[in-house]
Amino acid sequence: MDFSVNDDVRAFVIQNFMFGQGAQLTDDESFLEAGIIDSTGVLELVGFLETKFGIVVADDDLVPANLDSVVRVARFVERKMKERSRIAG
Amino acid sequence: MQVEQFLEESARRSPDKTALVCGGRRMTYAEIDTEANRMARGLIRAGVRRGDRVAICLENSTEAVVSIFATLKAGAVFMVVNPTTKADKLAFIANNSRATALVTDSRHRTVVNEIADCTPHTSVVVIAGRETEVNANGKHSLAFGDLIGPGEDGSKPANPSIDIDLAALIYTSGSTGTPKGVMLTHLNVVSAATSITTYLDSRADDVVLNVLPLSFDYGLYQVLMTFKVGATLILERSFTYPHAVLETLVAERATGFPIVPTISALLLQIDLGKYDLTSLRYITNTAAALPTTHIVELRARLPRVSLFSMYGLTECKRVSYLPPDQIDIRPASVGRGMPNEEVYIVDDQGNRLPSGVGELVIRGANVMKGYWELPEETARRLRPGPLPGEKVLYSGDVFRMDEEGYLYFVGRKDDIIKSRGEKVSPREVENVLYELSAVAEAAVVGVADDVLGQAVKAVITLRDGASLSEQDVLRHCSQRLENFMVPKVVEFRTTMPKTSTGKIDKKTLHMTAAG
Repeated sequence: MDFSVNDDVRAFVIQNFMFGQGAQLTDDESFLEAGIIDSTGVLELVGFLETKFGIVVADDDLVPANLDSVVRVARFVERKMKERSRIAG
Repeated sequence: MQVEQFLEESARRSPDKTALVCGGRRMTYAEIDTEANRMARGLIRAGVRRGDRVAICLENSTEAVVSIFATLKAGAVFMVVNPTTKADKLAFIANNSRATALVTDSRHRTVVNEIADCTPHTSVVVIAGRETEVNANGKHSLAFGDLIGPGEDGSKPANPSIDIDLAALIYTSGSTGTPKGVMLTHLNVVSAATSITTYLDSRADDVVLNVLPLSFDYGLYQVLMTFKVGATLILERSFTYPHAVLETLVAERATGFPIVPTISALLLQIDLGKYDLTSLRYITNTAAALPTTHIVELRARLPRVSLFSMYGLTECKRVSYLPPDQIDIRPASVGRGMPNEEVYIVDDQGNRLPSGVGELVIRGANVMKGYWELPEETARRLRPGPLPGEKVLYSGDVFRMDEEGYLYFVGRKDDIIKSRGEKVSPREVENVLYELSAVAEAAVVGVADDVLGQAVKAVITLRDGASLSEQDVLRHCSQRLENFMVPKVVEFRTTMPKTSTGKIDKKTLHMTAAG
């Protein structure tokens, strides 16, 4: 696991959806269950991932398996970045 | 007719039909009816009596659905409370309604513990989920799973309620800043559900996909109306992951999809062409009017789907709907009164107007019984109707009515903000802002927003030498208010516009705070 991706995602979520107060947010906590994120929030998160990591998120990617916790987002971003480098390489 | 009979009749007619698909579980009508019977018996045994209030503070879940019907079967009155409600407001609702029981889940255990000492009327706490231990200070604490377990008698308990008894209390924001409980009888709910299912032409082979919270009456009625016609409800937590919801819509061959403008905004960002939406018969919209651009685009992308624009308020559930064949002709209208209901506009003296601009008045069996223990506020909204003893509802909403009787929303008579279709009391938000010691003056206004209808905006001046960031304000608000009440924008000013009497001049603020 790339810790910088993890940390960046975590920081973004805390900053934007928890108004800076997310010390108790665990990396595998479901955003949905915890009521942290709504549908507009998901799109903001996607916008952040695309800009920050240069990946392209398709509509089909908008599922809880990819986006519903810090650790899931980090894994998803890493997978996307690998795919991108494969295509580029 | 009683509301619980929606479930009981469907369970009798088609016991093995799938009634509810939620959280990976598929439940038949017979299963829900049995679980609700068991829970009703458990509630009665724990001391819930006819007419008692039961607060249900749960996410969209099978437990929430079962709890609603169990409460009714016990002859009691259900109150679905937004699961993002904070401890002090939940305590207020429990105390104001003198709720006998609170049904919630393990996520809310800390809240339950926090309010245990200050909610003396609430003697029963039911906890759904895995960890059901609560420190409920002498309260009767029950695990949801035990209540509906096979050890309990699954037959229907005796219930002497009649249709003029209360079925539900729905708390809504008032202009004073204190929430008011809208009293709805069984007759109110059955009448509204009958009118709506009539114009939607709801049928037993419908499959309705609901992503709206059950604490919002638009979401709640999806359960009630689906069960009334014996159809199937796909109950989702939210529209947070649109692709996942759309996949479910396709897989379940959903025929009905109730939305609000925030959802249509997302739908229009997605390539809908790759989903097989051929099963979809209708989409309904209410809460805020759909922006005309959304209507045009949705119609272009889903030409075979009937699109219903609607308008309502908790006090009578639904007011109007625009027949789908009119939507291309008058997209800005929210239509006319629904079946078995009369709507008209009046001038400031209460005289009925043939057309033009005035306050909307609603007459029908769907009109609420009043606000819980608030006779003065009730008298302001419910005024004498044409027949002896009859009450009609003065909505507080100003509409323009054209010559053909079609309605167009103009604004509110009071300063209540309507955001995402939920009422937000500026006073309630201002009270929370004043809790911040750095705040000298605070005023909350609604600003036009294409998607939300109105967005909540906070205008603040600070005490000399004090500092506060937008994020500080939003964090505080999110800890103290339900999600939909948290301001979308905060503006800091050095001075506040004042009236001649020295009060904050909201009118001027409205004009200068837009955008």
